[in-house]
Amino acid sequence: MFQGWLQIALTIALFVALAPTFGGYMAQVYLGQKTLLDPVLVPVEGMLYSLTGTEKKEEMTGWQYARAILYSNLAMGLLIFFLIMNQGWLPLNPTGLGAPTWDTALHTTISFITNTNQQHYSGETTLSYGSQILGLGYHMFTSAATGLAVGIAFIRGLTGRPLGNFYVDLIRSITRILLPISIVGAVALMLLGVPETLAGPVVVPTLEDPAVSQAIARGPVAHFEIIKQLGENGGGFFAINSAHPFENPNPATNLIQIVAMVVIPSAFIYTYGVFANSRRQAWLIYGMVLTIYLLFVTLTAISEYQGNPAVNALLGNVQPNLEGKEVRFGWAQSALFATTTTGTMCGAVNSLHDSFMPLGGFVLLSNLFLQIIWGGQGTGTAYLFAYLILAVFVTGLMVGRTPEFLGRKIEKREVVLASFLILLVHPITILIPGAIALAFPEQLAGISNPGFHGLSQVIYEYASAAANNGSGFEGLADSQPASTGLWWNLSTCFSLLGGRYIPTIALLLLADSLSRKQPVPMTVGTLRTDTFLFTGVTAGVVLILGALTFFPVLALGPIAEAFQMAKGG
Amino acid sequence: MESSNQFSSTPPRAPGGPRQSRRHTPKADMSGLYQRAVKQAFVKLDPRITVKNPVMFIVWVGTIVTALVTVNPNLFGNVSDAGLNQQIFNGLITFILFFTLVFANFAEAVAEGRGKAQADSLRSTRSDTIARKILPDGSVQEVSSTDLRRGDQVKVIAGDMIPSDGDVIQGIGSVDESAITGESAPVLKQPGTDIASSVTGGTRLLSDELVVRITADPGKGFIDRMIALVEGAERTKTPNEIALTVLLVVLTQVFLIVIATMSPLADYVQSPTTIAILISLLVALIPTTIGGLLSAIGIAGMDRVAQFNVIATSGRAVEACGDINTLVLDKTGTITLGNRLASQFIPVNGYSEQAVAQAALAASVFDETPEGRSIVRLAEEWGAAIDFDRQAAEGIEFSARTRMSGTNLPDGGEARKGAVDAIKGFVRSRGGTLSADLDTAYEGVSRLGGTPLAVCKNSDIYGVIYLKDIVKPGLRERFDQLRRMGVRTIMLTGDNRITASVIAAEAGVDDFIAEATPEDKIDVIRREQSQGKLVAMTGDGTNDAPALAQANVGVAMNSGTQAAKEAANMVDLDSDPTKLIDLVAIGKQLLITRGALTTFSIANDIAKYFAIIPTIFAAAGIGSLNVMGLKSPQSAIISALIYNALIILALIPLALKGVQFRPLTANQLLQRNILIYGVGGVIAPFIAIKLIDLILPIA
Amino acid sequence: MSFAREASRAIRSTFVLWLLTGILYPLLMIAFGQLVLPDQANGSLLKNAQGTVVGSALIGQPFTSDRYFNSRPSTTNYSTANPQQDEAGVLKTGVSGASNLAPSNPALLERIQGKSDPDPAKNITGDLERLQSAGISPTADLVYTSGSSLDPHITPEAARNQVARVAASRSLQPSQIEPLIAQNTDGRFLGIFGEPGVNVLKLNLALDALQP
Repeated sequence: MFQGWLQIALTIALFVALAPTFGGYMAQVYLGQKTLLDPVLVPVEGMLYSLTGTEKKEEMTGWQYARAILYSNLAMGLLIFFLIMNQGWLPLNPTGLGAPTWDTALHTTISFITNTNQQHYSGETTLSYGSQILGLGYHMFTSAATGLAVGIAFIRGLTGRPLGNFYVDLIRSITRILLPISIVGAVALMLLGVPETLAGPVVVPTLEDPAVSQAIARGPVAHFEIIKQLGENGGGFFAINSAHPFENPNPATNLIQIVAMVVIPSAFIYTYGVFANSRRQAWLIYGMVLTIYLLFVTLTAISEYQGNPAVNALLGNVQPNLEGKEVRFGWAQSALFATTTTGTMCGAVNSLHDSFMPLGGFVLLSNLFLQIIWGGQGTGTAYLFAYLILAVFVTGLMVGRTPEFLGRKIEKREVVLASFLILLVHPITILIPGAIALAFPEQLAGISNPGFHGLSQVIYEYASAAANNGSGFEGLADSQPASTGLWWNLSTCFSLLGGRYIPTIALLLLADSLSRKQPVPMTVGTLRTDTFLFTGVTAGVVLILGALTFFPVLALGPIAEAFQMAKGG
Repeated sequence: MESSNQFSSTPPRAPGGPRQSRRHTPKADMSGLYQRAVKQAFVKLDPRITVKNPVMFIVWVGTIVTALVTVNPNLFGNVSDAGLNQQIFNGLITFILFFTLVFANFAEAVAEGRGKAQADSLRSTRSDTIARKILPDGSVQEVSSTDLRRGDQVKVIAGDMIPSDGDVIQGIGSVDESAITGESAPVLKQPGTDIASSVTGGTRLLSDELVVRITADPGKGFIDRMIALVEGAERTKTPNEIALTVLLVVLTQVFLIVIATMSPLADYVQSPTTIAILISLLVALIPTTIGGLLSAIGIAGMDRVAQFNVIATSGRAVEACGDINTLVLDKTGTITLGNRLASQFIPVNGYSEQAVAQAALAASVFDETPEGRSIVRLAEEWGAAIDFDRQAAEGIEFSARTRMSGTNLPDGGEARKGAVDAIKGFVRSRGGTLSADLDTAYEGVSRLGGTPLAVCKNSDIYGVIYLKDIVKPGLRERFDQLRRMGVRTIMLTGDNRITASVIAAEAGVDDFIAEATPEDKIDVIRREQSQGKLVAMTGDGTNDAPALAQANVGVAMNSGTQAAKEAANMVDLDSDPTKLIDLVAIGKQLLITRGALTTFSIANDIAKYFAIIPTIFAAAGIGSLNVMGLKSPQSAIISALIYNALIILALIPLALKGVQFRPLTANQLLQRNILIYGVGGVIAPFIAIKLIDLILPIA
Repeated sequence: MSFAREASRAIRSTFVLWLLTGILYPLLMIAFGQLVLPDQANGSLLKNAQGTVVGSALIGQPFTSDRYFNSRPSTTNYSTANPQQDEAGVLKTGVSGASNLAPSNPALLERIQGKSDPDPAKNITGDLERLQSAGISPTADLVYTSGSSLDPHITPEAARNQVARVAASRSLQPSQIEPLIAQNTDGRFLGIFGEPGVNVLKLNLALDALQP
């Protein structure tokens, strides 16, 4: 047990230690300061700017920035949809796969363009290498870079700067952050055993019974795998994602994957600190997120370590719950991975969330509901500060001044945008389709686990879509050719799009509106937001507002399941 | 905490004299207030009124629905035990929801009632009078005061009520303004001077005759605007109130979605629930506490301003007071007493102090100004006495041209006192000589922050009188408090730098502008505003008008000119410039009250969830979450709803009076209020709901 | 900015970034893998003495007989099928997958415990029964299905619990087998991260090498 906690603690310590250096580097990138790679990248970027028609100096308003995101994402989405629908005759299709159904292709396109990577298909059996490399792998860069761009534009607005230019941010995110790390990471993964080949599956007779053959699926996994983690995409090359031994063959690759998925959102908080010139506030917020994260990791790890009481009774002693887990990761790395992947909106899995104990399921769902326990690429930090703005507004009135954040007054427009963003988008995109599906469990929901867990499965799927996470309680019959596949493909598209673009637009408009405000000087009458007290208040607001919306579903899902299991029923 | 008293509604007043004694006018008649409010609470159930408050409108709709399922429990689908018990239970819910609405309406009605009473007392000064309107041909026509228009000229004769706000353009007369200011001494009004030329409608001319040019259309005077505001009739929501309403509406929408989607979820886990229970849960969760009290808080804020004898032209201005970063204050009349007092005689030319005192007394016997009287008092302390026949002597009045005053003595001697330069000129003209120690004395006084007056008799200069500016007592502490709240004070004065710096240090202001012209005032305000600060200032003169308009909060003195009053967004009927400090506190208190009740309202939801969800979904096996150990689902729901209704009633006094404000830093305030309203808001309902559950005779 | 210009920028950047991240980057990585690390890049395939591929060092295979160390239960039976009866097309692409059974799902207990039913088609032999009849004292990894269904490992304890049976079945001394377990155990990374696991395929290959 000690060994388990030690590796959890060291993994966390590693990415926390990376935050200031990497966060500082990202700040340099987005502030346009000199960096080490300039001699190589400046000419490359110059070429990319001229090829894409980007004017480096052009500043965009919030609405222009949002439009650029919508147009470019639409164009990219159309390209991918075309590639997937035509994979049958396009090259790089060693297993001769035909086109998937139109709704699967549509869902996959939208799911990848929104940085969600929710998969209603099995990688090996549905998509050609071509679709994966040319389509999904490409989206893993652009959707992650889009998220980073939104995040940095928000931080710029928050700190009173012009929002910047979307295409510049998109390109720089790729050339200076995602691509260099991916190249290094892919090489490391290959060294550690992750395949990178265009050759098709190998079929071998099994050792025990040569009459039976084993098909070993392969593919160009390594380059895909690293950006899947680093970009918080999470869409596995294979059906079973990072649990697959070719995606994540050993604890070393697992360490790389965990650090890769959390390093950007964690360091991004520090990047904010550089922009706001308030590292103190950045560390306080960081500490708040880290505290909730540690609590969540601990809860998940304990419940998985203690295992399933019903099974333990059969085994005769307490053993960890290893259903859906790999031996090489065990309870500790599985619980850590699961908590991190749901918190960061990565959505990759190295163990199957559906089979987690109810308390673990509770934590994973809560992560999706809150969206800020590190949060998505770029957008997570933006959400964090939108929460902070809301906390400033609710409690800031109590010091007897119009609430202000970083010297900018929080007024009607900001409250409309922040509260809509934080409070309303989620219930609309999760609870409403969830209730519809549960009203017709036979026709629509396709639930595989009976009782309260079934409710969790449905809510999890929409929460994962709306939070742009992509992981799932995968027992759900959400893929074609199941009869419920069409409903799931289309209804989650609503949550995917609503959960991505409405907040994106709201964040950009919020940033725009804040950046135009005349800053008010700080006095002792100003509510300081960089104090322990206020950070504690923010944590309270985050947890209470999150709990108020989702307490009923948590009560009827994982909590009821936990009580049921405790009773031994 | 001692200092906090300064900001409660009845502070121990030093500056500007005891305010309570002057506050007898708007002594509103509060009798019958509650009876009327109860009646109004029911009248306000009209959906056309309720719909303006989105949170309470949801409760209104919920009440109708529960009333319907009381009549027929199966109206929205079959209920398992649709018997009499179900009907009684639904009826009980309907009853409590109804009273939740009534209580919220009652809060607003009480606030409005108090405002109305305030307005009535203001309005009593406003009754129609007959005005003598001067027609262009010079003839006089009797018209109703309501027919007067801006620019009309009226003649007012002793004993008449002044028909409307205006400027005196002809005549001199004393006016009783006690109806408005509470100051019983009549005020002299005459044309030409800034201060004394403006008259307010509803005041009474006691003597002589005036011609007044009307400056306000009927119903547009300050009093009329204030009446509309305190009555709540014309109350437009302030920016913070609008933002808060947005948040409350969004929260309400969130809970609507949560509750609307709960039914299929509950059915799926085979723990079905009824529409009445869902509505109960909805009403318990939406922020009814703050939603029900929000408008009462706003109206009560205006009312508090009115009680301070300040007329605000908008709620926005009152709220802005809480945000003020910088106060720009005139020295004279605000920081120092309007009158300087003689404090020392400095002899020159070898005279003794007694000799100076004797000469000063001789020069001041006819001087009825406060300065003059203070000189007489000081001289008498030095043992000086009048040694001539007062009847035979002749007083020489101060004029702006001569800049001196004095007495022509019966023996033909001339005693004079005045500005040092003027006296020098006088002495020279009488053939006297000047000595260097006069200049030394003059500079000495200036350095101390005083005003030097030279005294001479005939061609001899006796000495210099040191007129001292007296800083109002208690101001230093108030400026300290303001500083603690993050408000900077800037003093403006026409004095030279040396004098100004001495006064500034004595009063404890943060900054000062010496030798200030009226233009400097507006420059200071613009400079502060360009740094993003909100500026408040007081003013009375016509040349203050642009600065008053430029300031975020401009408070004009009622004694000031019409132009100043038009430009300001508040008028202080007591003409007490230090009242700005109280207004800052009122503005802050208004915001704090809203924030505190919002926090409290949201924090309450945790307990309500823990009361209701585990009991109604006991079939789902989550009964263990019933940490309060409530008796039954019925009892849990009724208890939570009763708490929800009663808390509105319980918080009405707080909403009307406002959360106690203490001049602390923002962090201290947050800490304190989070503890009371945040943490308290989490804990209080757990206790209260449990208690109600224990008392309730429901199984 | 005109719509045409905005649209043109969106389309141009779509293709330019596609070229960079969808084509150039993978091409570079595939070339690197094939040229520099061909073994790993092609799936860490294991070959026998004759040079034929027998499996992958990273992918498990099904073992249920007494002669071999048994592997974990798998929902896809380790992506295997009889080539003659592969209607599902498993061998065309290879598959992976998990049970996704919730801990509260009665099916999980039935799978582990077994369920007797008058209808023999509905009769379930539990993993636990299977282990007990094979004389292996059960460990969690042997009753729970893995995440990938391809888990190459079992815990060292599960391996040790099988030594006696394998030794008996092959008429070997346990002491001859035990070193093989140690040789085929993948330890924790840096001695800290992950859990040690015994690679069943490699262990069984070693076993066959010891005694064909």
